[in-house]
Amino acid sequence: MRTLVIAEHNGNSLSAATLSVVEAAKKLGRDIDLLVASNSCESVLEAAKSVEGVSKVLNFSHEKFKNEVAEDVAACVMSVSNDYDFFLASSSTSGKNNLPRAAAMLDIQQISEVTDIIDEKTFKKPIYAGSCIATVQSTQAKNAITIRTTSFDKANENGGSAAVEDMSVPETESRKSGFVKNELTVSDRPELTSADIVISGGRGMQNGENFALLEAVAGKLNAAVGASRAAVDSGFVPNDYQVGQTGKSVAPNLYIAVGISGAIQHLAGMKDSKTIVAINKDEEAPIFKVADYGLVGDLFEALPELESKL
Amino acid sequence: MKILIPIKRVNDYNVKVRPNQGNTDVDLSNVKMAMNPFCEIAVEEAIRLKEAGKADEIVVVTIGDDKHQEQLRTALALGADRAILVKTDNSVQPLDVAKVLVKVYESESPDLVIMGKVGIDGDHNQTGQMFAALTGLPQATFASEINVDGSKVEVTREIDGGLETLSAEMPAVVTTDLRLNEPRYASLPNIMKAKRKPLEEMDIESLGVVVEQKVTTLKVESPPERQEGVKVETVDQLVDKLKNEAKVI
Ligand SMILES: Cc1cc2nc3c(=O)[nH]c(=O)nc-3n(C[C@H](O)[C@H](O)[C@H](O)COP(=O)(O)OP(=O)(O)OC[C@H]3O[C@@H](n4cnc5c(N)ncnc54)[C@H](O)[C@@H]3O)c2cc1C
Ligand SMILES: Cc1cc2nc3c(=O)[nH]c(=O)nc-3n(C[C@H](O)[C@H](O)[C@H](O)COP(=O)(O)OP(=O)(O)OC[C@H]3O[C@@H](n4cnc5c(N)ncnc54)[C@H](O)[C@@H]3O)c2cc1C
Repeated sequence: MRTLVIAEHNGNSLSAATLSVVEAAKKLGRDIDLLVASNSCESVLEAAKSVEGVSKVLNFSHEKFKNEVAEDVAACVMSVSNDYDFFLASSSTSGKNNLPRAAAMLDIQQISEVTDIIDEKTFKKPIYAGSCIATVQSTQAKNAITIRTTSFDKANENGGSAAVEDMSVPETESRKSGFVKNELTVSDRPELTSADIVISGGRGMQNGENFALLEAVAGKLNAAVGASRAAVDSGFVPNDYQVGQTGKSVAPNLYIAVGISGAIQHLAGMKDSKTIVAINKDEEAPIFKVADYGLVGDLFEALPELESKL
Repeated sequence: MKILIPIKRVNDYNVKVRPNQGNTDVDLSNVKMAMNPFCEIAVEEAIRLKEAGKADEIVVVTIGDDKHQEQLRTALALGADRAILVKTDNSVQPLDVAKVLVKVYESESPDLVIMGKVGIDGDHNQTGQMFAALTGLPQATFASEINVDGSKVEVTREIDGGLETLSAEMPAVVTTDLRLNEPRYASLPNIMKAKRKPLEEMDIESLGVVVEQKVTTLKVESPPERQEGVKVETVDQLVDKLKNEAKVI
């Protein structure tokens, strides 16, 4: 039996998340195949076959994959499921959307947000907003797992030379949904979940314009910009900035939390960062409990000064 | 149009849940329980659709023990019309929840199923997608906007890169994200009225779903604690520490 990893891409390049899933998959000790569903995307296929540790790339090419719909991806997984006893995806919004649909069709109880693979049946995963870590064991012959990518290294992008197999694209039985449009956030900053440094703003930023102060620091550090739920709910920044239990999980080398109080749901998404800095005017703010370096002060003074000294 | 809302009873989100003494499970013995916040958002959305004249009946369903009546009553007080409790004393995993919901779906024939994207307890984020797979219905997960237009529903989804809009033929399954709406509170008169609204109970066995623990919990532990660090007095000190101590910039 083999392990199937559902590759993620943006129609142009392979997602860094997929590299982490491949690295995690190595712990299962099986041959690893990458499922690429795309609109004949050569650059993605090229990247997929170069990933170290990948045996085969399953190339599902069709115009309908220009935009990803869960029903279509699940149908691809089903069409090859006999050869596999592990089905892996990252716990991105894409993996979370696609994999449970395929798992249910295979009568598999999926295990979500795995942070450690102990053996092929035993896994660790955070529960209750990361306030507990559960060790769970599967009694199933086949398993579907989403991987929390921040808990695993990335497989080497080069060094692989997998064969690319052209697959026949299954009809999605009476698909009843369709893509309408995308409004993707355009940014020249690094991507939040894979950036080395992340600087996030909270309700203390007061409005969207003030995020320019964070952007300026981020520019000096080549950092990604994130936010708390409160900042997103208030419309300061788009939804894809949200870090936390129900947003993105990040674990950069340096995380700078500015005007963020440190609610458990926020901590759930960033407390595995290597070094944490908090800037907050309230010295009692819970964020200081997890910060390596805390600066008690007004962010409107601290940020411009920080920018000027970097 | 009829809307079905599966809801879940979970810990109040303000409570920090801890492992029990033997590290075999979490300790929920004195923990305040509530409706999963994402399910509250689902209920609110259904009520708004009803208020806008787009829906005429809202049915809520939960799977669990007798205590789950509390959350059903809350949903009725908020504006749901009818409630169903599928009774079991065992913990039911997402795949089995989905299988039970399929049975309820078949007997209720709703036009739209709205559910939470994730339970804030198990953090699975699976049930809606699984239910959609088993019924063959289209799925639109992580919704921040829902527009019902005739026999179609258009859903704006929160994805990692921003927003995506899907259109689906109804019946369809939609799971809610945080920005969909801000749920209201139940008023006292409505809480009183909810006591007289119909709440039907059935045993999980009567639906013919065999509940299995396909995934068992071996151990529940606290995560490693982070050491509280130091306070720095000035931005200069901060920059110095980051450069020379942590060596991260
Ligand atoms: C179901 C659910 C899911 C959730 N998921 C998430 C999630 O994924 N991510 C998330 O972040 N939250 C999440 N939350 C919300 C979370 O509980 C908190 O409400 C949120 O994180 C608070 O954001 P904040 O820290 O920006 O705001 P606040 O708690 O209001 O804190 C603002 C901070 O800014 C400081 N401040 C104000 N002005 C200044 C100034 N001039 N200088 C310096 N400091 C200043 C204040 O001292 C305060 O500490 C979730 C909640 C629920 C119920
Ligand atoms: C310590 C511990 C570890 C666990 N580990 C696992 C594990 O690894 N794998 C596993 O499968 N289970 C596990 N469970 C069980 C799990 O927590 C839940 O009981 C169950 O899996 C439902 O998950 P969820 O709500 O998080 O699903 P989600 O898919 O996150 O729920 C989404 C939505 O589904 C609907 N829904 C969910 N449950 C119900 C219900 N009972 N009635 C009506 N609607 C509902 C709601 O609309 C909800 O918003 C564990 C439980 C504990 C206490």
